[in-house]
Amino acid sequence: MDNHLSQKFEEIVGKGNVLASEVDRHSYSYDAAVLPPKLPALAVRPETAEALGRVVKTCNELGLPLTIRGSGTNLSGGTIPSVGGVVALTGALDKIIEINEADMYAVVQTGVITAKFATEVAKRGLFYPPDPGSQAVSTIGGNVAENAGGLRGLKYGVTKDYVMGMSLYDVNGELVKTGSRTVKCVTGMNLHGLMVGSEGTLGVFNEIILKLVPPPKASKAMMAIFDDLGKASEAVAAIIAAKIVPATLEYMDDFTIKTVEDFAHAGLPTDAKALLLIEVDGHPAQVEDEAAEVEAICKRAGATGIQVAKDAAERNKVWEARRAALSALARVRPTTVLEDATVPRSKIPQMVRSLEEIAAKYRLTIGTFGHAGDGNLHPTILTDKRDHEEWKRVEAAIDEIFDVALSLGGTLSGEHGIGTAKSKYMAKEVGVSSILYAKRLKAALDPKGILNPGKITGE
Amino acid sequence: MSELRELVGLLRQIDDQLVACMRCGMCQAVCPLYAETGLEGHVARGKIALLECLADEVIKDPQGVKERLDACLLCGSCQANCPSGVKALDIFLKARVFLTGYYGLPPIKRAIFRGLLQNPRLFDSVLSIASKFQGIFTRPVNDAIGSSCARVFSNLIGGRHFAPLADRPFHETACERDTPRGVSGLKVAFFYGCVVDKMFPHIAEAAMTVFDHHGVGVYMPHGQACCGIPAISSGDRQTFEQLIIMNMALFGDKDFDVLVTPCASCTSTIKKIWPMMAEGLPELTRYRVREMAAKVKDISEFLVQDVGVSAMAGTPEGPCVTVTYHDPCHLKKSLGISAEPRALIAANPRYQLIEMQGADSCCGSGGSFTLQHYDLSKRIGKHKRDNIVATGASAVATSCPACMMQIGDMLSQAGDKLVIRHPVEIYAETLAGR
Repeated sequence: MDNHLSQKFEEIVGKGNVLASEVDRHSYSYDAAVLPPKLPALAVRPETAEALGRVVKTCNELGLPLTIRGSGTNLSGGTIPSVGGVVALTGALDKIIEINEADMYAVVQTGVITAKFATEVAKRGLFYPPDPGSQAVSTIGGNVAENAGGLRGLKYGVTKDYVMGMSLYDVNGELVKTGSRTVKCVTGMNLHGLMVGSEGTLGVFNEIILKLVPPPKASKAMMAIFDDLGKASEAVAAIIAAKIVPATLEYMDDFTIKTVEDFAHAGLPTDAKALLLIEVDGHPAQVEDEAAEVEAICKRAGATGIQVAKDAAERNKVWEARRAALSALARVRPTTVLEDATVPRSKIPQMVRSLEEIAAKYRLTIGTFGHAGDGNLHPTILTDKRDHEEWKRVEAAIDEIFDVALSLGGTLSGEHGIGTAKSKYMAKEVGVSSILYAKRLKAALDPKGILNPGKITGE
Repeated sequence: MSELRELVGLLRQIDDQLVACMRCGMCQAVCPLYAETGLEGHVARGKIALLECLADEVIKDPQGVKERLDACLLCGSCQANCPSGVKALDIFLKARVFLTGYYGLPPIKRAIFRGLLQNPRLFDSVLSIASKFQGIFTRPVNDAIGSSCARVFSNLIGGRHFAPLADRPFHETACERDTPRGVSGLKVAFFYGCVVDKMFPHIAEAAMTVFDHHGVGVYMPHGQACCGIPAISSGDRQTFEQLIIMNMALFGDKDFDVLVTPCASCTSTIKKIWPMMAEGLPELTRYRVREMAAKVKDISEFLVQDVGVSAMAGTPEGPCVTVTYHDPCHLKKSLGISAEPRALIAANPRYQLIEMQGADSCCGSGGSFTLQHYDLSKRIGKHKRDNIVATGASAVATSCPACMMQIGDMLSQAGDKLVIRHPVEIYAETLAGR
C-alpha cells in the first residue's frame, strides 16, 4: 500500500473515506460481470461534489486511472477498475436536490438510488419510468453512464430519453454544464447526450437533470400462453401493427417457464412453449379498449389461454412470475451469464431458434426471457465458471450469439453496456473507423487516458 | 493459532456455497449495516467475495477478512432477498467457526462461553447474585420502559439504557412442570431462553397463564442451557455443541408435541442452526437434533396455528391501547413468521395495531454485534426508534427479548415513554382473572 498516495487523497476526502487496506482494495476489484477482478490502489468516498472534482483533478495530475462506482451492479465490467487505479464511490453523493412538480423535472446527485428516486417522484404524483432490473440498488449516475433500460422501454423509452442536462467534471476537475431545466434547449453542443452511455470514459457526472412525466391513470396486465413460439411472435407483431404500444411486453421461453414454476409455484403452465406478459396503461377508457383488443389479437394468433388480471393482487401475480425469472434461473447452476443481445422485434423468432441451436451445439443450458416488445432478449447461460472445459464452450457460444444478433440487424447490447466484456466485438457491429473516431474523441477530452480506461473502445 | 493452510482448506469446503453468489449486489438494498456505512465489505456480496479471496489465497492476511465478517448483524436480510438463493447465514456462521479455529477464542468470550454457558446452574447463580447487587452500580432511568443506566462510568455499559436483571429470575419463582395434556389435547415443552428467564420473567409467566387457560400440558425443566446463538456467532463450535447436547439430554426423549419458545432467536437457532452446525455430533444425535428442529415453534405460531387463538369478537371495555409491532429478523426473515404475532395481538380487543414503516427492518441489536459495534448498532436502532415513535403508538410489541433490550435502550435514551410488550403478554391480559 502506498501511504503517500493515501495521504494525498485523505487531504481531499477525509481520513475515514480513503479505503486502502488489502480487504478494501479487493472489495472494489469486481462488479456483477463474470470477469476476473482487478485490484485498484485504493478507493475513495467523497462526501461533497467539490471533493469529487478534486479527486478527478488529482488522478489526472498523477496519471492514475479513475473508475467511478455507484453500486457496482454493472454486467459488462464497466465498474471493474484498472490495476493500480483509483475507485471513486458515489454512495455519499446521494441527495435529491430538487423535484419540480410545476415544470416536471428533478435534479439529483449522481449517487441517488434509482428506486428511491422513483418512489420520491411518485409521492409527488409524478413518474420516472426507467426501471432497470437492478433499480433497487443501482444509481442514477450508473444508469446514465450505461444508458440503462428496463421493462418499460417500448412505450416509455430508456434512461437517455429522460436526461435533460447535467453538470460534470472534466478530466482537469473543472465543472462543465450542459442542457437545462427547460423542455427545449439548443444552447451549446448536446454534451449530455454524449455523456449518456459513455461508461465513465469522457467525464465524471456531478448533478443530473431528469425529465418526469405524469403517471398513467390506469393499467391492466395479462398473461398469454402459447404452444408455439411463432404464434407468440405473431401476436407481438399484430399488437404493434394494431398501433397499440403496451407499457410492457415480456417474453419467457419454455425452459424459463418450467424453472420459474419449480421455484416460485406461481401456477404457470409448464407445458407452454412461450409466455407473453403484457401490460397496457393510460387513460382508463383507453386501457379497457386496448386490453380487450390485445386479448382478441392473442386469441387470433392462437394463444391456448389468456389470464387477464382482475385486480392488483392478480396483476402482482402476473409480474411475480416475470420478476422471479432471473432468480429462478440463477439457482440452477453456480454461474449465471446474463446476456442482452438485441434484435429488431420482428426477428425474435429467428433469434430464439438460433439460441436453441447454439445451446444444443455447445451442450449448454440457456434460458431466454426478456423484452419482446423492443427485441431485447436475455439469453441466460447457466454454467459453472470453475469447469474450464465448459467455460470454453460458454465463451464460444457467446461469440456465436453476437454473430447471430448482428446478422439479424441487431446490436451487441440493449442495456447492459459494452464495458470490457464486449469491446472486442465492437468492430463487427460499428466498423473500425467508428472505434477510431471514438478513440480520437476520448484522446481529445482525456489526453492521459485516465477516465475508466479500456471500456467500450478497448485498450 | 492453527495453520493458514488448514483455514484455506476449510474455506474450500464451502466453495460450492460461495460460488453461488453471482455478485448482482441486490443485498445492498436490504442490509441495515450497508445502509449506514456504504462499504462493500459490510454487505453480503462483499463478505463472500473476501472469503473467496481467502480461499483462493489471493488475500494472505485473514485478520482484515475476520473484521469485515464480524461486522454483521446476522439478521438474514440478504439471504431472504437474495435472487440466487445464497445461504449467506450458513456461510457466515461456518466462516466464523473456521476463523475462530484459526485465531482462537478471545479470553473474555472463552470465560463466558466455556465457563458460564456450559454450566447452566453456575450461570444461573452468578446472575442471581448479580441481580441483588445491580442497584449499587445502576439506577432506574425510565419507568415506562423499566430501563436502567450506569450510576458511574463503566466501560462495558457505556451510555446504554439497559433492561436490568429481574429481581428473581423465572426459574426461581416458577416450579418445574410436567403436566398432562388438557382440553387442547396438546403438550408443549417450554424452552424459556436465557434473556426471558433472567430479564423478562413476566413473559414466561404470561406464557404459563395462556397454556393453563387453553389446557395445554407443559413439560418445563429448569437448568436449561442456552440455545447457543452467542457461542456460534462467535465461532465457538465446541460450546455450541455442548449446549446442544445438554439441551437434548433435557428435552430429547420427553413426551411432548411441540417445543415452544417465547424468543425468536432461540426458535430460529434451534430450527435452523442446530441441524446446520451439528455435523460434528454422533449420527444418532444429529438425527434427534433434526427431529427436535422440526418440533420447535415460536409461541405465537403455536397459539395461532395449533391452539386456534384468533381475534375476539365484541367491543372492548375502556380505552384502547395503540401498539406497533416490530418483526424480529429471526422470526420473519429466518422463519417467515409475521402474521401469527399480529394475530395474537389482535386477539386482545383492547389493543389497536398501528403498523410502523419498515416493521421488518433490523433493530440493530444482532446479539453480540451491539457489544462490539455499539455506535453502528445505535445508528441502526435510531431509525427503528424513529419509525416506532412516528406511529404515535403507546406500546411496542415484539417477539424477541434481544430486540426488546435494543428497542428499550433506544427509546429510553430518547426519553420516550412507550411500554414494550411481548405478544403473548398482550394476549394473556385478556385471560387475567378468568
